[in-house]
Amino acid sequence: METMALLGDEAAALGAVHGGVSVAYGYPGTPSTEIIEYIQRFHPQRPLAVWCTNEKTAYEEALGASYVGRRALVTMKHVGLNVAADPFINSALLNIRGGLVVVVADDPGMHSSQNEQDSRFYADFAKILCLEPSNQQEAYDMTREAFDLSERFQIPVMVRITTRLAHSRSGVNPSPPRHENPLLSQVDPSGWALLPAFARKQYAQLLSKQKDLLTFTEQSPYNQLSFLGKGDPSSIPFGVITAGIGKNYYLENLDSLGKELPHLHIGAYPLPVEKIRKLAASVTRILVIEEGMPFIETCLRGVLPLPHGIQISGKLDQTLPLAGELEPDLVRKALGLQSREGVPLSSSFPLPPRPPQLCQGCPHGDTYASIKNILKELPEAVITSDIGCYALGAVPPLAIPETIVCMGASVSMAVGAAEAGKKHTVAVIGDSTFLHSGITPLIDAVARNVPITVVILDNGTVAMTGGQETILPTGNLPALVQGLGVDPAHVITIEAHRRHEKENIEILKREIQYPGVSVVIAVRECLETARKKKSQKERVE
Amino acid sequence: MLGNRPQEKEPEGESRMKYDILLCGVGGQGVLSIAAVIAQAAVMEGLQVKQSEVHGMAQRGGAVQAHLRISSTSIHSDLIPKGSASLLLSMEPLESLRYLPYLSNDGVLLSAREPVVNIPNYPDIDSVLTVIQRYPRHLIIPALEIARKIGSPRSSNMVLVGAASKFLPLSPETLKKVIEGLFHQKGDGVVQSNLSAFEAGRRES
Repeated sequence: METMALLGDEAAALGAVHGGVSVAYGYPGTPSTEIIEYIQRFHPQRPLAVWCTNEKTAYEEALGASYVGRRALVTMKHVGLNVAADPFINSALLNIRGGLVVVVADDPGMHSSQNEQDSRFYADFAKILCLEPSNQQEAYDMTREAFDLSERFQIPVMVRITTRLAHSRSGVNPSPPRHENPLLSQVDPSGWALLPAFARKQYAQLLSKQKDLLTFTEQSPYNQLSFLGKGDPSSIPFGVITAGIGKNYYLENLDSLGKELPHLHIGAYPLPVEKIRKLAASVTRILVIEEGMPFIETCLRGVLPLPHGIQISGKLDQTLPLAGELEPDLVRKALGLQSREGVPLSSSFPLPPRPPQLCQGCPHGDTYASIKNILKELPEAVITSDIGCYALGAVPPLAIPETIVCMGASVSMAVGAAEAGKKHTVAVIGDSTFLHSGITPLIDAVARNVPITVVILDNGTVAMTGGQETILPTGNLPALVQGLGVDPAHVITIEAHRRHEKENIEILKREIQYPGVSVVIAVRECLETARKKKSQKERVE
Repeated sequence: MLGNRPQEKEPEGESRMKYDILLCGVGGQGVLSIAAVIAQAAVMEGLQVKQSEVHGMAQRGGAVQAHLRISSTSIHSDLIPKGSASLLLSMEPLESLRYLPYLSNDGVLLSAREPVVNIPNYPDIDSVLTVIQRYPRHLIIPALEIARKIGSPRSSNMVLVGAASKFLPLSPETLKKVIEGLFHQKGDGVVQSNLSAFEAGRRES
């Protein structure tokens, strides 16, 4: 088959397709979005690849497909796994049938995220296999193989990638596709009902699988030990453990280093204990180069002093920075090489940052302008907000949202602030985020008649991640909100446009002052989505 | 598997070609299209490519960068190390200054002349251009002006590809073929205006 230039995300997607996946579920989230998008675009017939309401429903839908024998892929960004954590952790106890693979894209450096949590901790916590590709080819190979491993060990398998691999394009050589699993006509339910008595048995089974998983990772070529020294360990400066794309940055600097160091690359977890011990026996110091949090390094260090006085360097001793993503130059420094600087810029020249901002004419900007106007009269008001493009309104000149925490938290935090005694609390949330996690806290508000106003910014799209369609079309929200029990007289739809600013201000002011639950739905299509639709239409014509 | 990494062996000495390009601009300017054209042309000429892009939040009118690495042998890092870019290709003058540390001392700094002023504290444009001109191997192209002159203001990114083609280790014919392919779906008119933009940029360089 021909070499293809693919993003890491796309390579993982193609690996799943060629691995015989039948269904792919996900929720958009940078840097994972292009996995589902690739399947939708280039394999529109099979497999089924769809966006779900949130990561939890996506994961559970994948589980259902696995239960009846099909191979299932589920994708999300790192914080999405928090949302799916309940089914994720529990699914490790099941007798996974059709291969179940979760591809999680972590975002160290927080290019487009609220934190930089490392999903390898989750895989370890769930006691499952985790594969971590270092390049696009491995993203293809590992995702594909993950389905086989999932069926072999009857556990879910995680493929962990990070931003730079997810969004970097390079050559991938695919292999011939495998057929899909047949649908089981007779499904054996044993090992799928986690009643305590059964769950104890299933947990014991998961624990007993651990030695098999370890045997696998000890022997896996993804964990590769090379250039072990034969002489006196003290004659070798140090050994290197790399993981994921950390390997690329090590190899990038090899020319300058001038010689190969004893090196263990880890691409499959649980950690290959014997290989690590073998490396440790040949050196007096180990430098750990891993993208994300110091997972391997923490495991190596433990609490008690290390035997033979071996020294572990990495992020915990600040040889590499604890926060942010790795870069070739940071690894260069950690290897003890002279830093290289290109052309210097005079330090006196002002280089103002250019942060992302709402597009000119964005409907969110118009709604914020109205809210800002009201805040002049209600300076005590609390404005909570949420995850999406509208979070960009938190910085000047708008500076309106006060809180941005996680999907749906605007509504729940408004409830808490109101019940704590604040009179005017406003939750600003996008349509997709509302459907993802905003409905349940709104039920809390209705149940206790908490005086909050939820402003749903309905632009009909998941804008920040590139304009995926919101799971329910614009127009369904009023009925949905009323169905939850919000008084229809306080479910108001407005057009988010500055030409209606006067009346929008009046409506918002009235609802914010109403001492009960009110919902204002500010509707106008995202400019980017509208532009894309127009150019697609032109192309068709 | 001990020591078995044959694919990572580099050929000896001068046979190895390596060309790193740091592309930058402001979200929405078409930086990723430039990266796509050059990367595709390199693939067509049988070279290895790694192209790292920025997606998501940063694309909303913020500073955008793409790392494009071309080599005759395997490429390890998706990111360009500092001091190693052969070309710094910017769609916006102020943005070009942000990435100077990536440019090698004999690299080329190629920037569009027209500023995108979407921040309140944008420095005086003449002072920005003066800083660029202080660098010996610089080239400032009035990309937008040229694109407007040929009646296709949206093709200013292809003007820059044309200007860059004088330095790239790729044949202009391959680049033109890629441009044709990229805009093929949008009709002959769009293909022609982008090719004209490429030629005009090449003449300017």
